[in-house]
Amino acid sequence: MKLKKIFRTAWEGLMLNKVRSFLTTLGVIIGVASVIIMLAVSAGAEASIAEQINALGANLIIVSPMRGVPGASRTLLLDDATAIAEQVVGITGISAEQSPAPQNVRVGGVTLESIPVIGTTADFPPVRDYAIAEGRYFTVDEDDRKAKLVVLGAGIATDLFGAEGAIGQTITVGTTKLTVIGVMEPKGIVADVDYDGRIYLPISIVFQKYMPVSMLRADAVRTIYLKSESQEQITSVIAQTTAILAERHDVDPAKPDFTVQTQQDIIATQEATTAAFRDLLAWVAAISLLVGGIGIMNIMLVSVTERTREIGLRQALGARPSTVLMQFLIEAIILSLAGGLVGVILGVGGSYLFGAFGDMRTEIVPMSIPLAFGAATIVGIFFGYYPATQAAKLDPIEALRRE
Amino acid sequence: MNNNLIEITGLTKVYGMDEAAVQALAGVNVDVLRGEFVAIMGHSGSGKSTLMNIVGCLDRPTSGQYILDGRDVGQMSKDELAEIRNEKLGFIFQSFNLLPRMSALSNVLLPMLYNNDELSDAESESRAIASLEVVGLSDRLHHRPNQLSGGQQQRVAIARALVNQPSLILADEPTGNLDSKSSVEIMDILHRLHKNGATIVIVTHEPDIAAHAERVICVKDGLILSDGRSGSNPCLGSHKP
Ligand SMILES: Nc1ncnc2c1ncn2[C@@H]1O[C@H](COP(=O)(O)OP(=O)(O)OP(=O)(O)O)[C@@H](O)[C@H]1O
Ligand SMILES: [Mg+2]
Repeated sequence: MKLKKIFRTAWEGLMLNKVRSFLTTLGVIIGVASVIIMLAVSAGAEASIAEQINALGANLIIVSPMRGVPGASRTLLLDDATAIAEQVVGITGISAEQSPAPQNVRVGGVTLESIPVIGTTADFPPVRDYAIAEGRYFTVDEDDRKAKLVVLGAGIATDLFGAEGAIGQTITVGTTKLTVIGVMEPKGIVADVDYDGRIYLPISIVFQKYMPVSMLRADAVRTIYLKSESQEQITSVIAQTTAILAERHDVDPAKPDFTVQTQQDIIATQEATTAAFRDLLAWVAAISLLVGGIGIMNIMLVSVTERTREIGLRQALGARPSTVLMQFLIEAIILSLAGGLVGVILGVGGSYLFGAFGDMRTEIVPMSIPLAFGAATIVGIFFGYYPATQAAKLDPIEALRRE
Repeated sequence: MNNNLIEITGLTKVYGMDEAAVQALAGVNVDVLRGEFVAIMGHSGSGKSTLMNIVGCLDRPTSGQYILDGRDVGQMSKDELAEIRNEKLGFIFQSFNLLPRMSALSNVLLPMLYNNDELSDAESESRAIASLEVVGLSDRLHHRPNQLSGGQQQRVAIARALVNQPSLILADEPTGNLDSKSSVEIMDILHRLHKNGATIVIVTHEPDIAAHAERVICVKDGLILSDGRSGSNPCLGSHKP
């Protein structure tokens, strides 16, 4: 008997009980779809993290207060940045940043609510790879003398003043009037952050006007960014920076109250977290596939029992044990392949819908499709084999006698 | 090759073990010639079905020899037995044993699914239709068993038994579930097949049915009590209720 005929027989067997066949595949459908969706979700999360970090710019070294150390968030000071700028060899620029609570921005009758405010030092644009579209950024001197200046993100400029004419205008940020001296080049939205919907102020003004008085040190900064002269200099810059800060903070360099990281470090940490998350998801998906396989085995066993007479008859008409085995094995494989196919369609569609309408970014991992499909086939063979051997083992006369 | 299609010597069959053991066949010797029409009679539980199942290669004897068409069935593997059932034997069961969700045509196509020599789909189908024509059902090809009368269902089963042109047709109480009119139709068909050269072995309880056969074998307690050729029917005389 040719495989084609066995295949057709198996197919007809399944079609005789369509509802049951469909319900049997449900476990595999869910398993395969969840494998694809879960991998797409974690790939999406990884991609947005990587994008976010790459958006910081190249050759960047990031100094932040150590998280989880009490009081540490107030230990990194503007003076630290100044000291680094003066003493570290091999950097082209340094930018200290602090963000107060978002502020309302007002011009005439127009008010934009809760606009993120970034206080920076003068080197911000070259260090962070930001370009000025119009006007200019403030200077070191202006920052030092607390000049009431502001540079607008492209979106804010358009919202307040339309296509042009922002330069020279006065806007009210919170309760302070500031003069617009520049507009940033549009940067777009990266990983949910709208880079064009922010405004940039001299950090001295932020300290003076926007930081709450309860802060012990009004000159604490959130982050200091250093731009290394080259990739090769990065290690040396990190070592120098660590030494200077440890001395200034009077801490053991091995147990600092700050961190000095590169983008690669941050990416690596984030990847470790998402990898753990992804592994968990992979296990969940694998278990649902396993459950789907057990479902197939269960139904196939029921089917063999129910069709004992049919099997006996087929044997009486000349079906060999091996033919009976193949028929039931192929039934199981068809079920799991059909489940795999529907699962792939649902998984891809589901990933796409999540990405389009959910607040989650998803990126379909191409490998996950053959992977899930292959796993479904293996499940079909593995869990279909036992019921198929039970069918093949039947004695024709015993099987015919069964009710 | 001699003229015996079936040669059975010292055939026994014991069901179960130890105390629960039942001796269904106690040493049967019988030959069947090619082209013979044999009826097997006997009381319920006498071992008729047991004998038929062994002759039909569905079951194996406990001991004894069974030679079918010159080949020793006892030496055959499961696959060889399946092949013999497919090519040389045609079964007709009391309960028809049609697959309920398939059309008459599909049911008749079944044995050809398992042929060693692959037939094309068209060839298989024309053979199945020809077979259904023999039993007078060419107008019921696409009816399901539940859309057919009992007699028609049994005719489909006969068509299925014929489709691979077997050298031996076996029928265990083929009219057991049918009314007398349908029984007559079935027996007419078997008669015609016999006229055309088929070897037929039939188990029955009904003397009318047995009267169609040229030879009646009477079984009692797993042994052959009498075996009469040429019209005489000793079984009826000694076993009439
Ligand atoms: N599978 C089995 N297991 C145990 N005993 C069996 C089995 N099949 C048949 N027997 C026993 O073997 C004996 C012969 O049974 P068999 O079915 O051959 O009788 P029969 O002549 O066909 O009867 P009937 O006319 O009622 O069909 C009976 O005593 C029966 O109980
Ligand atoms: Mg019987």
